[in-house]
Amino acid sequence: MNEVSDTVNKDASPDEDKRVGVFVCECGVNIGGVVDTHAVADYAAALPGVLVTSVNKFTCSDSGQADIQQKIKEHNLNRVVVAACSPKTHEPTFRACIEEMGLNQYFLEFVNIRDHCSWIHMWEKEKATEKAKDLVRMGIERAKLLEPLQASEVPVIDKALVVGAGVAGMQAALDLADMGFKVYLVEKEPSIGGRMARFDKVFPTNDCSICILGPKMVEVARNKNIEIMSYSEVQEVDGYVGNFKVKIEHKPRYLDVGKCTGCAKCSEVCPVEVPYDFNEGFGTRKAIYVPFPQAVPLRAVLDNDNCINCKACAKACESNAIEYEQESAYSEVEVGVIIGAVGFKTYDPAPRADYGYGKYDNIITAMEFERLLNAAGPTGGHIVRPSDCKEPIRVGFVNCVGSRDKETNIYCSGVCCMYTIKNAQLLKEKRPETDHTVMYIDIRTPFRAYEESYNRARNLGVKFLRGRPVEVKEDPETGNIRVRVEDTLAGEMRNLEFDLLVLGTGVVPNEGINRLQQLLKLSKATDGFLMEAHPKLRPVDTTIDGVYLAGVASGPKDIPYAVSQGSACAGRATILLKNKKAITEGITAVVNPDVCVGCEVCIPMCPFQAIKMDEQAGKANVMKALCKGCGTCVAACPTGALEQDHFKNNQVIAQVKNVFRFEEVASPDYPSGAGTHVSPAGGYVDESSEDMGEQT
Amino acid sequence: MSEWEPNILAFACNWCSYAGADLAGVSRFQYPATVKILRVMCSSRVEPSFILKALKDGADGVLVAGCHIGDCHYIDGNRNAEARINNTKKALEKLGFGGRLRLEWISASEGLRFSEVIKDFTEEIRNLGENPVKEVKENE
Repeated sequence: MNEVSDTVNKDASPDEDKRVGVFVCECGVNIGGVVDTHAVADYAAALPGVLVTSVNKFTCSDSGQADIQQKIKEHNLNRVVVAACSPKTHEPTFRACIEEMGLNQYFLEFVNIRDHCSWIHMWEKEKATEKAKDLVRMGIERAKLLEPLQASEVPVIDKALVVGAGVAGMQAALDLADMGFKVYLVEKEPSIGGRMARFDKVFPTNDCSICILGPKMVEVARNKNIEIMSYSEVQEVDGYVGNFKVKIEHKPRYLDVGKCTGCAKCSEVCPVEVPYDFNEGFGTRKAIYVPFPQAVPLRAVLDNDNCINCKACAKACESNAIEYEQESAYSEVEVGVIIGAVGFKTYDPAPRADYGYGKYDNIITAMEFERLLNAAGPTGGHIVRPSDCKEPIRVGFVNCVGSRDKETNIYCSGVCCMYTIKNAQLLKEKRPETDHTVMYIDIRTPFRAYEESYNRARNLGVKFLRGRPVEVKEDPETGNIRVRVEDTLAGEMRNLEFDLLVLGTGVVPNEGINRLQQLLKLSKATDGFLMEAHPKLRPVDTTIDGVYLAGVASGPKDIPYAVSQGSACAGRATILLKNKKAITEGITAVVNPDVCVGCEVCIPMCPFQAIKMDEQAGKANVMKALCKGCGTCVAACPTGALEQDHFKNNQVIAQVKNVFRFEEVASPDYPSGAGTHVSPAGGYVDESSEDMGEQT
Repeated sequence: MSEWEPNILAFACNWCSYAGADLAGVSRFQYPATVKILRVMCSSRVEPSFILKALKDGADGVLVAGCHIGDCHYIDGNRNAEARINNTKKALEKLGFGGRLRLEWISASEGLRFSEVIKDFTEEIRNLGENPVKEVKENE
């Protein structure tokens, strides 16, 4: 370690010459196919301060990195410019690479000549090359002014918060708990289980959903390391990686959960009946009720909006659990990591009356079908049509409702093909006399046993018709649904009549996603779901350190995928929890007390309350642990006393000055170099020469 | 003298707009080579002096791009940026640089939008013509 700090100190010395190496990456043909990388390297070699340049096929490869390290050694480089892809993906790689050579990792300047140049100017090779030269020049000038910084280490509280107790969140909580970490599992509904608790059977094997989920829910409840906070919502999140302070609201159930036994005697006597949300509005529940038979925790909840205050439940309750005066309670927990598994909702076809949903009785959604099919559902497992409660014979299924549609959502929800296949199979098996037609655009069955399930449905006699209905009408006499649909494979219009039409509604973001996004400052994609740090390589990380996403919160997924993500989050989180420390960026704001006049303009600017007045000195003081390094205070400081490390005024201005070839002649103090293997020339070039001169 | 092409400097915040520009690249959404992107952590880091410096040095246009309001990685840095940029715009009008500064919210998922903003701004600058500073410089 001594060696490292020695080098840092030496580099920190203002008198030390700046010795820059420039490494231009071809990225195979990604850059090299458009930008003349050798011309860029030659150009860079002629700039002041540049001792060596190099062109690599893949700078990020072992040999590319070895080249950087060798040249650092050979030329005693103290600044490294890598002109390649995006720092968002590769900065850590090269920072580590130069750090191994004893250079401070912040002495790396990353220039993006791929995503911001070769890829977007594919057909303008000359212009792309010229632009790459400009970008590299900006980088070199900035690199020369970079200062050494130390990433700081912060302790990590070895506890986790999981938001959302659907199957993904439960899996994450269980894995973390089994590894010995304390988990707070927050669920906004009165019971854990999420959407999966409402499904009847799950594809492709058609297991009973609650039969496989129920034991997992019980396992969660039994696990001593998991604290379930049901009927609760996260209100505020403060802090940073390793040290989040979370305020949680526990909504009133209007009963003492310690006393309630879940016997449901209160429900029996309650005179109020409201549509049962758990059954998608089919059937009714009481104003005080147990969410569903397998609920965890198995406790009643009083729906105050519908309670008529008759107090019958209080009289019926043998354990005197009812507390009408209960109010929201709040608790605060401190955790090191947060896993967001806030789930989704299904597309609601009612507002637009898609295919006549909401207008005609005998059109239902797949989720409603699911509840009707369920033995614990409102009809005891009988599929009946809403208009006359008769069991339908001819059933139509429409796929891609609210998916793959420019009017609603353009993405594929990924699960609807499979659940429609499953639903048709199940009804066909229950009542072989039924006749099923699935109207689809494409059938998508990509994973194990999915295609087999599709074949099984076909073998059972389920008909698949490729086409989207163009007209759906109700026969007012019979309540039957008439569908006009183009059979695109046969190339003809069909007029079909169904007793019941089921809409395969897609997966859409829920309010929890918006809430989590705002609480944690996450990014959202255009589809409305939350964004991962990298779509391929960091699929459960977010751009916020210590925050992970599992399940449909980051886009439509089926159950195995969501469960895998739950486990993946637990694994990723464990890296921090087990190490008990996290490395945070060294980029923060700093005050120069000699210049600060104590005007306090910066203090209200800081969104994190990281600046306090040092009353004695009458100067502003930045608390490094709280500062997240946005630089908003720096821009506001009227005296220039505040600076943002790594984005100091002179560093930014150095780039600005070099965007266009109008910059003043650089100081000739930099050493000239000649040791480049791509360019025989190199070294200092007078910028008044035609190459760097003003455009005339 | 070769045909004049607008020269635009774009300040892009690390979390949204820089990533949006990356996505434009990954998606190969082609746009004119008129823009150079300078990464800052937040759009609120952009000082009016940076913009003035760029224009003084001959930039034909300056774009400041940040996260959408409500999505800022730093809670409300972009609101500060908005206030600053709007004030700077007013000053620039008076200085004869009207229309050369633009503020846009571009998220990490809006690669297409990033490319479209650049195309649109390039055309706008093309219509405005060259930065008058250059003429002065040339006559000096």
